[in-house]
Amino acid sequence: MYLEIITPEKTLFSGEVESAKFPGSAGGFETLNNHAALISSLTEGTLEVKTENGVEKFEINGGIVEVLNNKIIVLA
Amino acid sequence: MASLKEVRTRISSTESTQQITKAMKLVAATKLKKATDAIAKMRPYSEKMNSILGNLASAASEEDRVKKYFEYREVKKALVVVLSSDRGLCGGFNASVIKATRQLINEYYKPKGVDVEVTFLGKKAHDILKKEVSNTSTDNMGVFSDLSAENVFAVAQQFIDAHAAEKYDEVRLVYNQFKNAATQIIQVEKMLPVQVESVEDDAQKNIDYIFEPGQGEILVDLVPKAVKTQLYKACLDSFASETGARMVAMDAATENAGEMLDKLRLQYNQARQAAITGEILEIVSGAAALEG
Repeated sequence: MYLEIITPEKTLFSGEVESAKFPGSAGGFETLNNHAALISSLTEGTLEVKTENGVEKFEINGGIVEVLNNKIIVLA
Repeated sequence: MASLKEVRTRISSTESTQQITKAMKLVAATKLKKATDAIAKMRPYSEKMNSILGNLASAASEEDRVKKYFEYREVKKALVVVLSSDRGLCGGFNASVIKATRQLINEYYKPKGVDVEVTFLGKKAHDILKKEVSNTSTDNMGVFSDLSAENVFAVAQQFIDAHAAEKYDEVRLVYNQFKNAATQIIQVEKMLPVQVESVEDDAQKNIDYIFEPGQGEILVDLVPKAVKTQLYKACLDSFASETGARMVAMDAATENAGEMLDKLRLQYNQARQAAITGEILEIVSGAAALEG
């Protein structure tokens, strides 16, 4: 599935990922392929992205994530 | 006719002016590239945010915690946020912002008896309008010296708080929107209360989203962010417009200096020619007098 992490100033990450762990404001969660459509708010924490080349981590200050048709967009 | 020396001085001063305007044009062109890049990076963010917000539009009207952002009150006190530049030499950029601000205050707010406060982001509009507007604030005037999202968001938060505390019933922005280097479109935009456009696209509308933790919580998070993003976008637009306007103005100035140089050189050559002719005449007539 495709993941994009966008901030007002730049795009932090965009590309294919296997899974992603989010610091949701109601508790952390992970999305895998074919996740149902979801909009969630995020709190301060670490966003873990698992790609073919390993795990990448991003510190975020809260934000919003939208999951739709295997496309994830994070507004941080 | 001007003397040779006078024309020579004018030529050299025009040449140095031309060099300066040329350098300023190049600087503006480099900055413009950066500024338009910033807008391009910002755009997907604000578009996505608006589309998520559009999805939640119906919930927004029912959610108490975000009511303060949408609440329409009778407008008695309004805040006008004027975005101009810190420096001059950018053509009609500041003049159009000032004109639009005057128009907004005198033709829209004044007849309704609204109490207007004007806050300035950028110095130039303040220099002119401070004499005309009684109620001004300059707390955030320096925002353009460090145009980061964090700074602008902090400024926006102040407006949001003031609006929530009913210090103002309405907040409007006046700024130049960037179209291309040569074209700026003046915008007068309502920042608060927030107007939400619900999604028109049916396919988008019918998606059955799971909301975590709930629509209300997301709105509490999202709505202020959208407002701040709007201000940030306006700031980026204004900054790009400013550099674009400056680049065009300096380009025109360089061209004008070139034209002037051509004229002066022609004048210089004419004066030189006249002087030579005069000298020859003197020599010839002198020689004729000796012979005679």
